[in-house]
Amino acid sequence: MAEIIIKNGFVVDPARKINGDVMDIAIKDDKIVEKVGSGAKEIDARGKVVMTGGVDIHAHVAGPKVNVGRLMRPEDKLFKSPNAQAPYRIESGFSIPSTFKTGYDYARMGYAFVMEAAMPPLHSPHVHEEIHDTPIIDQGALPVFANNWFVLEYLKNREIENSAAYTAWLLAATKGYGVKLVNPGGTAAWAWGLNCLTLNDPVPFFDITPAEIISGLMQTNEYLGLPHSIHIHQNSLGTPGNYEITLDSFRLAEGVKANNKFSRDSVMHSTHVQFHSYGGDSWRNFESKAKEVMDYINGQKNITVDLGCVTLDETTTMTADGPFEHHLNQLNHLKWANTDVELETAAGVVPYVYDKDIKVCGIQWAIGLELGLYAKDPMRTFITTDHPNAGPFIRYPRIIKWLMSKKAREETLESMKYTDKVIDATNIHSLDTERTLYEIAQMTRAGPAKALGLSHIFGSLAPGMEANVVVYDLNFNDMPDDPEQIERAFLRSSNFIKSGDIVVKDGDIVSHGNKRTFWVNAKVKENPQVIRDIHEKFLKEYTVGLGNYSVWDCLAPNPYVIDIDVEA
Amino acid sequence: MALVTLKPYKEPELYLECNNISPDAFAGKTAAEISELEVREGKTRVRLGDYFEVSGKPGDTAEQTEIHIAGDCSRIKYLGTKMTAGSIKVDGNADMYVGGWMKGGKIHVTGNVHSFCGIAMEGGEITVDGNAENYVGSAYRGDWRGMRGGTIRIRGNAGNDIGTFMLGGTIIIEKNAFIHVSTHAEGGCVVIKGDVEGRVGGQMVKGDIYVLGKIQYMLPGFKKIATVEKEIDGVSARFNHYIGDLGERHPRSKGKEIYANLFVMAS
Repeated sequence: MAEIIIKNGFVVDPARKINGDVMDIAIKDDKIVEKVGSGAKEIDARGKVVMTGGVDIHAHVAGPKVNVGRLMRPEDKLFKSPNAQAPYRIESGFSIPSTFKTGYDYARMGYAFVMEAAMPPLHSPHVHEEIHDTPIIDQGALPVFANNWFVLEYLKNREIENSAAYTAWLLAATKGYGVKLVNPGGTAAWAWGLNCLTLNDPVPFFDITPAEIISGLMQTNEYLGLPHSIHIHQNSLGTPGNYEITLDSFRLAEGVKANNKFSRDSVMHSTHVQFHSYGGDSWRNFESKAKEVMDYINGQKNITVDLGCVTLDETTTMTADGPFEHHLNQLNHLKWANTDVELETAAGVVPYVYDKDIKVCGIQWAIGLELGLYAKDPMRTFITTDHPNAGPFIRYPRIIKWLMSKKAREETLESMKYTDKVIDATNIHSLDTERTLYEIAQMTRAGPAKALGLSHIFGSLAPGMEANVVVYDLNFNDMPDDPEQIERAFLRSSNFIKSGDIVVKDGDIVSHGNKRTFWVNAKVKENPQVIRDIHEKFLKEYTVGLGNYSVWDCLAPNPYVIDIDVEA
Repeated sequence: MALVTLKPYKEPELYLECNNISPDAFAGKTAAEISELEVREGKTRVRLGDYFEVSGKPGDTAEQTEIHIAGDCSRIKYLGTKMTAGSIKVDGNADMYVGGWMKGGKIHVTGNVHSFCGIAMEGGEITVDGNAENYVGSAYRGDWRGMRGGTIRIRGNAGNDIGTFMLGGTIIIEKNAFIHVSTHAEGGCVVIKGDVEGRVGGQMVKGDIYVLGKIQYMLPGFKKIATVEKEIDGVSARFNHYIGDLGERHPRSKGKEIYANLFVMAS
């Protein structure tokens, strides 16, 4: 690593309100600096767009359920695994790519940080082993909390301090980044063959409601002052008419204030809202409620969302929402895997084909994009596909194309078998909004970095920031008429410099980079009750001993630890 | 038809993966260009010409191209992969994946074939004069979309897993088969002119199976509903008509459940 200068590109850096100014970006070692010496390596970005590295707030890219998907779907690799090019590793798979392909593909698209969206705590060593095997990109992982027996018991008794002490312990034990909620209470209910489809369905045995879990974990999160807010996959995912439940859970954030030292304003990140913005009461009269959901978000400033856009591909769904995967399997009769993770969570995996010629899939596609187009604040609305649930992450460039080009949206809409029915059930056809590069940079960089509490490292090209710089072959002043060129440019960047290391050149990988694992170490006052509870539960209920539970340091050999002193 | 002849002159040490031996890959090329086509021996890239002497000239399109392999292909995999038209004839045996993912045209192997012959085939014809190993006309590992069309005729015996996840097309085994016929199938027709040991039609949803010999062990999921006269592949006979697999989900049409049909020659 040394000095690099990226010259004369159109810089798009919303964090500094820079929109297409022709500037040079200077890098020294792994940081962006004001200027470099004359000996710096020059990269010519004339006529091209320069942004900071992308930040993906939600993707399932490492861990046991991803691996179950890989094992269960050898056909996902068929004809999609080109021969390795020395000295790089073979890349295989499409919706559930190998770890190497995951790292390479993100890097080609200019992404610097990816958050693994659901880590089952018991299996966190596996998650970290896979993260370590994924080259180039920095990663973190969110352990799941909302169906964890400790949490359910503490929150039922309204013991926020105990919940916080346990949360801090679990984050350290699993080297986790923040608090993930998946179908709060519903996944725990799945152990009894049940689900929690509204916010007031009591969880069997624990006698607590999803609303209490969500509010309790929100308070826990702000008590600890974690960099990220709670990150929630709401109840009743993927069910017609679920938008009301979505709005109900948003309302739980009303009046809650963010408490942290990471300039995060939000207290709730609602993930893959596409799956939660459904109207109708069956698949027959299924319709978009994207407008209703986004209208609320637009007015409620302490919530962030990511889209979870359906990309119309054959993919592999995987979630800790066990009952939902069972429901999906009953719909499509394909393969189904189901796992119970002791006191903590569950998971399911089912392949799914989002066929553009099926009406429901067309409507789902429209809903994801409508949400992205209705959003008034791109700093709080992020592009994702809930990879691989609504589509693989390598389709982000395609979503960007659809968001930036009405022409591209209309072409896709026209190619469907039930174009008219999709138009009737959605608003996509009447939306003329076309997102700008500035807004795309907000939705993929500045916004998610801020929501994750990482805006001091990622999401901007300001001096002092991590040296993640990507050059896309797009002329800011003369954008292509053909929307395909937008997709192509974002899929294979001209150059990508990750932490000061040139990792991509002309769309090809040229270095394995220097990846790191981000995790949060929150120091709380010693809590004898929680320590006793942990020892007791491990003795009585777990199949592993406490001593074998925590992630060894050697599994995350390149850590970036964010320390928080809660007492201070 | 324009004929290209490949004469094997050197036995590969490993197995050769020759996805490129197909009328589609040859069409419009010269013999010299065909010799330069890349094939793989293990992880090593080699030229087709390193192992075959190429003569003749293909047609401008796959349809006009006939390939004759004048020699044994026991160590050659993936002959005719994804071919759409034209023909391939092999004098002797061939290894795995003959005619895999094939969409049209004809393949004739005069000897035996190894496993995965006609895997995930969509159209065309494959004829094997000898025996086939396992997975004739099956789906790719893990895939639920198996053979969709075309015809595979094995004049000898076949092994296990014939027509797994089959959706359409016809497979004819002229002698005996081992186990697992049309497992998970949702269409298509499998004809076994000899005997089968068992596991015929397990988890089968739709489609037809004809067994002109005996099934040693019937699956309990099949129920006899009638004895019928049928003609199949030139043979007219009385068959016991079973439906099944009763343990599996079945689609409904006009208020009635649709079952898979198993016809076993009445003794």
